[in-house]
Amino acid sequence: MIMLAIGVALVLYCALSLRWDWVPHYWNDGLIQRGIWTTVWILAVTWGVGLVMAVGLGFAQAAGPWWLSYPAFGFCSVIRGTPLLLQLWMLYYGLGSLFPHYPWIRQSAAWTYLREAWPYAVVSLTMSFAGYEGEVLRGAFLGVPKGQLESARAFGMSRWTLFHRIWLPQALYRALPTLGGETVLQLKATPLIATITVVDIYQVSSRVRQDTYLTYEPLLMLAVTYMAITGLIVLAFRWAERRIPSKVA
Amino acid sequence: MLDSLTALFAPDGPLGLLALSPPGWGGNLLLGLWHSMQIAVGAYALGLSIGIVGAYGKLYGNEVVRDIFALYTTVVRAVPELILILILYYAGTDMINQVLLSAGFDRWAPSRLLIGTVVLGVVMGAYMTEVLRGAILAVPQGQIEAARAYGMSPLLLARRITFPQMMMNAIGGMANLWLNATKDTALLAVIGLNELTLTTKQAAGTTKAFMLFFIAAMVIYMIVSVVSGRLFAAIERWARKGQPTLGGGGV
Repeated sequence: MIMLAIGVALVLYCALSLRWDWVPHYWNDGLIQRGIWTTVWILAVTWGVGLVMAVGLGFAQAAGPWWLSYPAFGFCSVIRGTPLLLQLWMLYYGLGSLFPHYPWIRQSAAWTYLREAWPYAVVSLTMSFAGYEGEVLRGAFLGVPKGQLESARAFGMSRWTLFHRIWLPQALYRALPTLGGETVLQLKATPLIATITVVDIYQVSSRVRQDTYLTYEPLLMLAVTYMAITGLIVLAFRWAERRIPSKVA
Repeated sequence: MLDSLTALFAPDGPLGLLALSPPGWGGNLLLGLWHSMQIAVGAYALGLSIGIVGAYGKLYGNEVVRDIFALYTTVVRAVPELILILILYYAGTDMINQVLLSAGFDRWAPSRLLIGTVVLGVVMGAYMTEVLRGAILAVPQGQIEAARAYGMSPLLLARRITFPQMMMNAIGGMANLWLNATKDTALLAVIGLNELTLTTKQAAGTTKAFMLFFIAAMVIYMIVSVVSGRLFAAIERWARKGQPTLGGGGV
């Protein structure tokens, strides 16, 4: 009750006493929509590709031979042990500065993309998500009861059938609550890409701040936008969790 | 052995740019690391204090206290750290200065190091609140009731019963938060604080040896992570003494 009252009072204060007349201008520009769209598609792409990589990394660590599990463990450790900002800058400033030295890269078709900033952002965020989720899925793969795998083998399932019918689904079920939290963390990592000039919603708000000299309003808009996307992610995962037969545990 | 090492870091050696004295940037990198560690330790200590107050407030406080802490943890955990840092950095100092000016004092211009530490501490506090709250909830109810029945004061109860029993549940989350604290110091590069990541970028930009410096910084961060992972694994073993062992711990 009190929380609600404080919340309503805060919203009223923000709506009435702060300046919001710049919003229609940037909205009609399409800049705000473009920023939100960039944030959302980068989140979606890095989430999808990162998760697929994470399945490989997790499975390699949980059940792979040493020549797969050691590199996978090393990759996850380096990703989890160093700041994402450093990884991002290393790709963009480091690798990005090496490419122009090779004429065959500059003449290749990939150069049109390598000149842009967003491929570095996508690769970096994908690797980061893969590293963290690889660790989560390693635990999830190991947590699937042995009896399940043994009975699948007793049924005469081939190794691939066992993996995609029994092992993977049960590991994903177990990892789902963690994955929801990690997805929110991934969303919260996306504004870092603004530091390498990708125009996401965070970059848009910086631009508004430079144009209008306003301190609070663009940052508030930003906070509300991220909280709204967070809310959507939480709802989506709640929906996904409810679809899983809960007797598994 | 030592000779070949010195040759490696000599001004024209392969790692000459990482030498400690001025033609090399090694000294600057270590200074950046020192700043990072100062911020991480300060922010972690502040976060721990906020977390203890927050966890007790959320569990045992009245309705107003609970709501305030719920608002704090929800907002801080839903908004990206980068944006919180900017909001608290610009808006926070602006607000303090407005209050100071209206009260007739001079403007207050704190060092970036102090602001960075406080901002990161406030962020850490929200996560720490949740970690400690979960750990306190995992202490068997009967233990706390028995302590109350013995007539222990709340402080004695916290010190003798709750704290020792919650530690083993809290250490895992606290270790993760410490690793986050060391990595989140990199975010302070955006407000121009010359910690390790920003120093690395400056060194790389000046010398054009991008890969060398970024890899060097990665190695430094990895060393910090691995060492603190080992340390927390040891602490966890201590906190769990007499309990059935769990696997894991450390990077």
